[in-house]
Amino acid sequence: MKTKSSRKFAGIFLMCVLLFAAVLSGCSQPGSGQERPEASGSAPASAPAASAAPGTGGTAVGFIFVGTKDDYGYNQAAYLGSEAVEKAFPDLKVLRAENVPETAEAERVMEQMIKDGAKIIFPTSYGHLDPALNVAKRHPDVVFFHQGGLKTADNLGTYFGTIWQPVYLAGVAAGKMSKSGKLGYIVSVPIPQVLLNVNAFELGAKSVNPNASTSVVFTGSWCDPGQQANAANSLIDGGVDVLTQHQDCTKTVIETAERAGIKTVGYHADASPLAPNGWITGSVWNWSDLFVDMVKTAVEGKFKGSKYDGKYRGTIADDVVRLTDFGAGVPDDAKQLVEEKKKGLLDGTLNPFKGPIEDQSGAVKIKDGETLTVEQLESMDYLVKGVVGNIPK
Amino acid sequence: MILSDILAGALRSGTSVMLASQGELLSERAGVINLGTEGSMLGGAMGGFAVTVWTGNPWLGTLAGGLCGLLVAAIHAYLVIVRKANQLATGLTLMFFGMGITAFFGRSFVSERIVGFNPVPIPWLSDIPFLGDVLFRHDPLTYLSILLVPCLWFLLFRTRLGIMLRAAGEREEVLFASGINPKLVRGAAVLAGGFLAGIGGVQLSVAYTHSWVENMTQGRGVVAVALVIFASWKPARAMLGAYLFGAAQALQLTVQQQGLPISPFFLFMLPYLLTIAALLLVERRRQSSTPEGLGRVFSGEAGG
Repeated sequence: MKTKSSRKFAGIFLMCVLLFAAVLSGCSQPGSGQERPEASGSAPASAPAASAAPGTGGTAVGFIFVGTKDDYGYNQAAYLGSEAVEKAFPDLKVLRAENVPETAEAERVMEQMIKDGAKIIFPTSYGHLDPALNVAKRHPDVVFFHQGGLKTADNLGTYFGTIWQPVYLAGVAAGKMSKSGKLGYIVSVPIPQVLLNVNAFELGAKSVNPNASTSVVFTGSWCDPGQQANAANSLIDGGVDVLTQHQDCTKTVIETAERAGIKTVGYHADASPLAPNGWITGSVWNWSDLFVDMVKTAVEGKFKGSKYDGKYRGTIADDVVRLTDFGAGVPDDAKQLVEEKKKGLLDGTLNPFKGPIEDQSGAVKIKDGETLTVEQLESMDYLVKGVVGNIPK
Repeated sequence: MILSDILAGALRSGTSVMLASQGELLSERAGVINLGTEGSMLGGAMGGFAVTVWTGNPWLGTLAGGLCGLLVAAIHAYLVIVRKANQLATGLTLMFFGMGITAFFGRSFVSERIVGFNPVPIPWLSDIPFLGDVLFRHDPLTYLSILLVPCLWFLLFRTRLGIMLRAAGEREEVLFASGINPKLVRGAAVLAGGFLAGIGGVQLSVAYTHSWVENMTQGRGVVAVALVIFASWKPARAMLGAYLFGAAQALQLTVQQQGLPISPFFLFMLPYLLTIAALLLVERRRQSSTPEGLGRVFSGEAGG
């Protein structure tokens, strides 16, 4: 009898754990990078009597976010963009929904926004793409701007920024300032966007310090402060003296690095107030001007044929991605190096991902003189030489 | 060097789970399973963080966090003891209730900064090679949590109060016959358990990460409940299990930095796998230690 009851507990318990895991995974962020390159069978043909151009005639603009607006991260950056739209278009009501999971729930939220008069919608998380494509099919008169997707439709364009460019520049500063030559990178899961950033950072550091190595640690989550602190402590114990990250919430890692007295490089949003001593610089999104321009284009009925109706990628030259101000402790020679490299990126004379580039095993991944397309860059599936860490093959 | 890092990491990341598991242990010893431990932890993490922001005093934050955890547990106690609701269903509901309500009230604290608890090396002891690094360079809550375990053991197995508490979990009729209301004892144990789980949450938000983010416990409360079952309801074993869980978390991060060809996805499972495996190995006669009245509703009058 007793054995039976304890087994029953274990069984019920297991069930609860599974349920819990299911709920957690349901609301976790971006998601597996594995994505078919292009959905060929885009939206169905002609809309039911779409007289006006898509995006026009609305009374509102909708934004959906996967997290909260003040996480010092991804969502905060997008939220700032929505505020710029609000300011620039006083006649348009800005509808916002935070913590929208990347499920059919997102479709429901978007449908509601359309009912409330939105003709322009920004689904801002990677995993909102498929729900957005579904809604876009049903509403050919609404324009969708999706953040980061590789699939498009007639009335859905995607936008993103080449954030790896400032990440590369931050790597230059980090490589220059590191005394041990060991840099730490705390990331979530091995998806292409993440690997691209890690590689750019290492290439930047190596360009000024041939011995620089970047230790990458996967936490398995986009925002688990406890595990972030574990990872930060573990890297610091391992001798790392500059820490950076690719996480949705960035506060914990930055504060942990600051308390340990090491340097830190930010991501997503300017968090320099959190690390008055250790802040080097950070890579941030500057969506404000872009969002305003995108809304303007759509409102004027010029979405089709504009640069936004496909896969728009804003660069550091477009000021869509940028480097924050340097921290107080950054020496002039490091700043100068970054400025030189930045000039190269701006005038196109410098391309960090121009071959030859070797992966960790020493195999040549990008041939001598070869450069990569947006799709190739955003589907990167290896780590370059100099990065310590493993990704599943 | 690496070993001491991992062991120190075990305490750093295992303490919140350990506190919650001690709380759950109290509650289960008295016959009430509380799956809402996750909710209590979140309540503690959020409430403790908020009060630390307002007052600047982490000790007040700790007290408040414990009370928030207690509050969540109080709902559980009312529903399962007074209203005689199913313990598992109620606990599960409270887990999600805790996630929701703390996300709602915690909104404005996500970007707040606190001073919080910081590691306090204990003079002399922290200079002992190896042991000093592992044991004596932690935050005050971690030290207190280590002292708590022998105290709990003493309370449970060497005091009259402990006998009452265990009787409530094994044979509530006996307790009832001796003139003590088992419902009161059970209720008190659940509340105390919630308080400890809340402090576990405080350790995570105010002492370890100095951050509040919605749902920041990420299943640690569920792990704590599992630990109690696998640890055969013994305080020292639950503590060991929690540290093992923490050690495995630290270990997997260290392994990643060595560049060994092991998939990180496998490493993510490691803490759970290792903890379950180890506790299964040490356990022998689990059935005999299951509190007999666990999950049972006490009807109030003689018999059950």
